Amino acid sequence: MLNRLRDASDSHRSLTIVVAMAITTILMYVLPGLPPLSVVQGSNIWYDSFANAGVFVLLAMGLNVVIGMAGLLDLGYAAFFAIGAYAYAYSNSPFSGTDLPFIPMLFVGAAVAGIFGILLGAPTLRLRGDYLAIMTLGFGEIVPIVFLNLDKFTRGTNGIGGIYRPEPLPGLGAFSPSSPFNYFIVMVVIVTITMILLYRLQDSRIGRAWNAIREDELAAAANGINTVTTKLLAFSLGATTSGLAGVFNASKLTIVSPDQFLFTVSFTVLAMVILGGMGNIWGVAVGAFVVYNIQVVFLKSINGIIETLGVPAFDLGPVHVNLAKVPFTDYQYLLYGVALVLMMLLRPEGLFPNQRRRQELHIAEEFDEGEQGEITGAMGAAPGAAGDAGGAL
Amino acid sequence: MTSLASPAAPARPIARGLRFVGIAIAAIVLYTVALWLALPPVSGLTSAQAFPVAIQQTVNALSIGSIYALIALGYTMVYGIIELINFAHGDVFMVGAFVSIIFIGGIMGQTGPVENIPLLIVLIGGALLFTMPIIAFLNVSIERLVYRPLRNAPRLAPLITAIGVSFILQNVALVVAGSGDRSAPQVFPLGWHLELGGASISVLSIFIFVLALTLMIGLQVFISRTRLGRAMRATAQDREAASLMGVDQNQTISLTFLLGGMLAAAAGLIWGLRFGFVRQDLGFNAGLKAFTSAVLGGIGNITGAAIGGFVIGFIENFASALGFSRWSEFLVFMVLTFVLIFKPSGLFGHATGDRA
Repeated sequence: MLNRLRDASDSHRSLTIVVAMAITTILMYVLPGLPPLSVVQGSNIWYDSFANAGVFVLLAMGLNVVIGMAGLLDLGYAAFFAIGAYAYAYSNSPFSGTDLPFIPMLFVGAAVAGIFGILLGAPTLRLRGDYLAIMTLGFGEIVPIVFLNLDKFTRGTNGIGGIYRPEPLPGLGAFSPSSPFNYFIVMVVIVTITMILLYRLQDSRIGRAWNAIREDELAAAANGINTVTTKLLAFSLGATTSGLAGVFNASKLTIVSPDQFLFTVSFTVLAMVILGGMGNIWGVAVGAFVVYNIQVVFLKSINGIIETLGVPAFDLGPVHVNLAKVPFTDYQYLLYGVALVLMMLLRPEGLFPNQRRRQELHIAEEFDEGEQGEITGAMGAAPGAAGDAGGAL
Repeated sequence: MTSLASPAAPARPIARGLRFVGIAIAAIVLYTVALWLALPPVSGLTSAQAFPVAIQQTVNALSIGSIYALIALGYTMVYGIIELINFAHGDVFMVGAFVSIIFIGGIMGQTGPVENIPLLIVLIGGALLFTMPIIAFLNVSIERLVYRPLRNAPRLAPLITAIGVSFILQNVALVVAGSGDRSAPQVFPLGWHLELGGASISVLSIFIFVLALTLMIGLQVFISRTRLGRAMRATAQDREAASLMGVDQNQTISLTFLLGGMLAAAAGLIWGLRFGFVRQDLGFNAGLKAFTSAVLGGIGNITGAAIGGFVIGFIENFASALGFSRWSEFLVFMVLTFVLIFKPSGLFGHATGDRA
């Protein structure tokens, strides 16, 4: 039964995604009204945080193309998020005086971010992978600084405010702060479409080319793959998805400012991708959703929960601990850091691994075991082979 | 040029050293002249007023460059040996700055300038002796605990781990010290000045430059003259071959992190003395600039990293002296971009493979 279901989902992937997303959406619609969730916060606040979580789901799925599929480390991912958001702010705010329709702007913002992805990627993707990491880190650091310093065009720290909300969509009614449900539905549609496209891309010739480059770039090039354009495609596709998320986020927050796009955003998305499982599209989507909700809902309400449960304050040696007063939200990045290190050491394939990725990440260990147990004659070859596999990433 | 991977110590070291010093002095003079010429049109100073300013700024640039150079050495050595961009190195520097404050402010109880020269020597020497081993131990422990298990893993794994460690250090500092600037006791009197050609030059800046230079020469001698230094060079050149020749890989790699940690600790102390504040996110920016320095000098190249640090110090100082300090980070990033695009091997490096 389970196998037949798996076969059916493999051969009708897009349909499976639509059905799965529909079920998830119904659950997300119903559950906030029922006890465990309804105690924490009201339904509308839940829909609001689901829509915000969707932004991170998009970001994580996009970064997954770059890191998980093509094996490139992009540490300045928030820069493209910022570019998409500012693109929307320029087209839809009193600051610029224009009011362009929301849905076409989703594509425009995404395209602008994608173009910046190409501009940054074209020169740097020829370099070694770790140089790419530092270049993107620098880029991610610079973009907010540029938005901050060009205050004539961006209003500096104040940011561009009063961004117009999307115009009413047929069947949904107007978008307003009091109806987060509309944003939630739009987000679900965007995530579903993106997921279908990404799955189709993963199974296509391009997806296989990404796999090949990630596993062994030299071998991929020898087999006729143009590694630079293929990597560039992954990089700019990641940027495009990030820009899309940026447009949505700007339209929802109605303000963009440089401090929304600091390195912590890139880092958070990286943590989501690693935790969810590099290379596994639905894995990183779930990872992002869960991490976002832990960060925004759980860490914020945990003090209240502790207080309600009546956990008494206690002394830990010289330190007086009152759990109800511990600022857990301040520790979130510490938790991410610890999670990243532990995941890399113990389970680099993530919580929901992609099978192929899992094998790659454990390849060195297999060689080590082979070395110890197998014929000594192969010893000379084994370390070299393991080194090559390591070099491929 | 001593690259970590260079086969042996250079022949005729004294002649080469003298030539090097000559070039360095020429570059510094050139910078002063360039700044002197650039200042009047931008700031409205007359040519005569601009000259002392240019001299003061040059000295400032040298002291900032010293900090970047010391951090850059840690990046370049680690990259030279295990080909890892140690993202956490900037944060190790930040912890070094905090630990030096703990010594000067906490243990010695100093809060302001100390005019008494013997006491000052004890304070700064003591801070170095206190901070260096602690930070070296921290750096070695990081390698031992998290990088070593991943030594044969795919390249992405240690990079991501390094990012994770960077965030752990930053946020532990945040939890322990709180957010925002923490003041660092500036025990070295900022009022001490030397008069030179109408310019008053801060003695602290000269002291910083001399201290950094001493440490760098010490490192250079260690790497090119001692047995352990030779082991490091051999490992950088070919890890497997060195290992077959009886070089203990683990020991050599630990030694590299130890040296990098010591230099980062010194840089942290210098930062506190020079700027009078420390904060938990200090390491991120300083680390990015120091890494740029290392790339500029040719990553893996010791002398290159030191020179790169000073060049970045000059670039940043040039921008801020002319009133564009808001753009200094942008400028440094542009330097990184152009170096990586047009000469990824850096100014003094040799070509590396392009496989990632």
